[in-house]
Amino acid sequence: MPITIPREEYMQKGHTACAGCGATLSMRYVLKGMGPKTAVTVPACCWSVIPGEFPYTALDVPLLYTTFASAGASISGLREGLDSQGKEDYNVVAFAGDGGTADIGLQGLSAAMERGHNVLYIMYDNEAYMNTGIQRSGSTPYGAWTTTTPVGLKRDYKREKKKYVADLMMAQNVPYVATATVAYPEDLERKISTAKSIKGPKFIQILSPCPPGWYYNSADTIKVSRLAVETRVFPLYEFKNGKLTLFKPAKKPNITEYLSLQGRFGHLKEDEIKEVEAAVAERWESLLRKEQN
Amino acid sequence: MESIQSSRRIMTGNEAVATGVKLSNVKVISAYPITPQTTIVEKLAEMVANGELDAKYIEVESEHSAMASVTASEITGVRSYTASSSHGILYMHENLHWASGMRVPIVMSVVNRAIGPPWSIWGEQTETFNQRDTGWLQIYCESNQEAMDSIILGYKIAENKKVLLPVMNMLDAFTLSHTSEPVDVRNLKTSYDYLGDLDLDFKLDFKNPAGYGSLVAPDGPFMEMRKDMRDSMYNASGLIKSEISNFNEVFDAELPGLTENFMMEDADYALITAGAISSTAKYTVRKLRERGQKVGLIRLYFYRPFPGEEILKAVRGLKGLGVVERNVSYGQRGPTFEDVVSALYRRADVPIRNYVVGLGGRDIRVKDYEKMFENLIEGDNDMEWINVAVR
Repeated sequence: MPITIPREEYMQKGHTACAGCGATLSMRYVLKGMGPKTAVTVPACCWSVIPGEFPYTALDVPLLYTTFASAGASISGLREGLDSQGKEDYNVVAFAGDGGTADIGLQGLSAAMERGHNVLYIMYDNEAYMNTGIQRSGSTPYGAWTTTTPVGLKRDYKREKKKYVADLMMAQNVPYVATATVAYPEDLERKISTAKSIKGPKFIQILSPCPPGWYYNSADTIKVSRLAVETRVFPLYEFKNGKLTLFKPAKKPNITEYLSLQGRFGHLKEDEIKEVEAAVAERWESLLRKEQN
Repeated sequence: MESIQSSRRIMTGNEAVATGVKLSNVKVISAYPITPQTTIVEKLAEMVANGELDAKYIEVESEHSAMASVTASEITGVRSYTASSSHGILYMHENLHWASGMRVPIVMSVVNRAIGPPWSIWGEQTETFNQRDTGWLQIYCESNQEAMDSIILGYKIAENKKVLLPVMNMLDAFTLSHTSEPVDVRNLKTSYDYLGDLDLDFKLDFKNPAGYGSLVAPDGPFMEMRKDMRDSMYNASGLIKSEISNFNEVFDAELPGLTENFMMEDADYALITAGAISSTAKYTVRKLRERGQKVGLIRLYFYRPFPGEEILKAVRGLKGLGVVERNVSYGQRGPTFEDVVSALYRRADVPIRNYVVGLGGRDIRVKDYEKMFENLIEGDNDMEWINVAVR
């Protein structure tokens, strides 16, 4: 099998991420695919801290930090500023967490995509506000413990289903929408490369497992990432020219293999796991139907 | 000299502002509509659509995004502009701090309008006095001519490397924004030459990539950065004064200094105002002078940096000074009053009174100014609410 991952590194030593950080792998792969002529906007999120303290940066591309809700607006400004100088060949990327995308930044994201700027918005999805210490976001999955959905005597784990931002972007008919995760780097690179080839707005949601937030051994990031896809908890898909293509993994392990690795699901009882399983199956069926249409 | 000739036209304040933006060779405009700012952004959209102005126009979904996007476009190295009003300014408050902290020399127009509830679309300046601590320079215009000139001047001052802070340019809702006056439209070439191209030392650089706005720990240069912002603003007064003189010479214009002193030479009593309400105040001063009363007016053209030295010079020998606020602050005297008292502290012994006027578009009439002057001579030191029903 040919190596499809560019050898070039745009992330250097000295970043401050936790051991096993999925979001750090996501950034590394995204930059490999995008190359050095790329400007990145980062709103408040783990990645506003990971590149390191001023004046140092672990990345070899310019990084513009912006406020929590402003990733979509910031890439719009970068794009139009560069274009007004004839710099159409430079890439503009937003790199935002799930809180900054699914919650406080959703309006800005939706509007930036609607306006049709030639930008790539990456949502690195670690399924909670991890930089502030594991608080529930709209992208936190059903059943998960977080510090704001604590398992106590009366109030317990998150009872609401995950908001899939990529699905929203499909509904909005964004020219290119994809989901990806770090256990499938060739697939991720291919999607970055496809996104790069399209002039217009692009959105990729990358599931980025978080050892301290999900309570698993930091050596297991790739394992957790792969199980999320194989158990259909986080389906990988591509939406291009109005057509959805769903990745069907060869094997389907039991969902408990995914859940039992992570402390955030440790409280779930058997019948509750069944509920999680039913919700996962329901979404899978709905994506299959969408693919056939 | 042909290039300095202006052409005189009748236009509204908002059209004058849009024309000022065109004359400033702005490359990116990003704006969200709000009454009574709308005719500025409509006019600019029309100019871009007609090819009269070669700029990118981003129709953002909110004022918060307007400020984030012009901060980003400006940091790529191109002159950027936005305009808003009232709730729009409040909504972008977070990103006002972000813009000044980024040291991007943006110019923004604000059509001063009241804040709800209850809803009001009429004139009042509270929304921008609320922003006095955001690190933006603030200019309050009295006429449509000033509204146009202050855009060009605003970029010149903001982009000065000793300043590098954004500028907020205010004009009153309807009284200026939608009222037509004769305006000398500055020559395009003269204006382009005057401003030159934007030259930022600190901008997006792909060859030497850096983090713009990255994390700074307590022992890092955080306080030093804040001090530099404060020094850059506080020490800009001299630079602004000489730039205004330069502007007046280049364009044959008549911008005042940081303040305008009107009939202040031998005055015993004076008021301080900002914005279009100053015109009625001047009319009143002239009228009272005809009756032999020694009164005068100090108009704030710049509010940030605060022209404390100018005010100190102007008030020497006064028997009474009244600070007129078209804004409201709830737990203290008005913000301008506080600033004036602070500027004169231990340096001038002038009794100072404070007036609140014109909230929610309430008229400020000649008789109201007459009442303020009477109160200066005889009244106590309470905060007086003018033209307000007493219950």
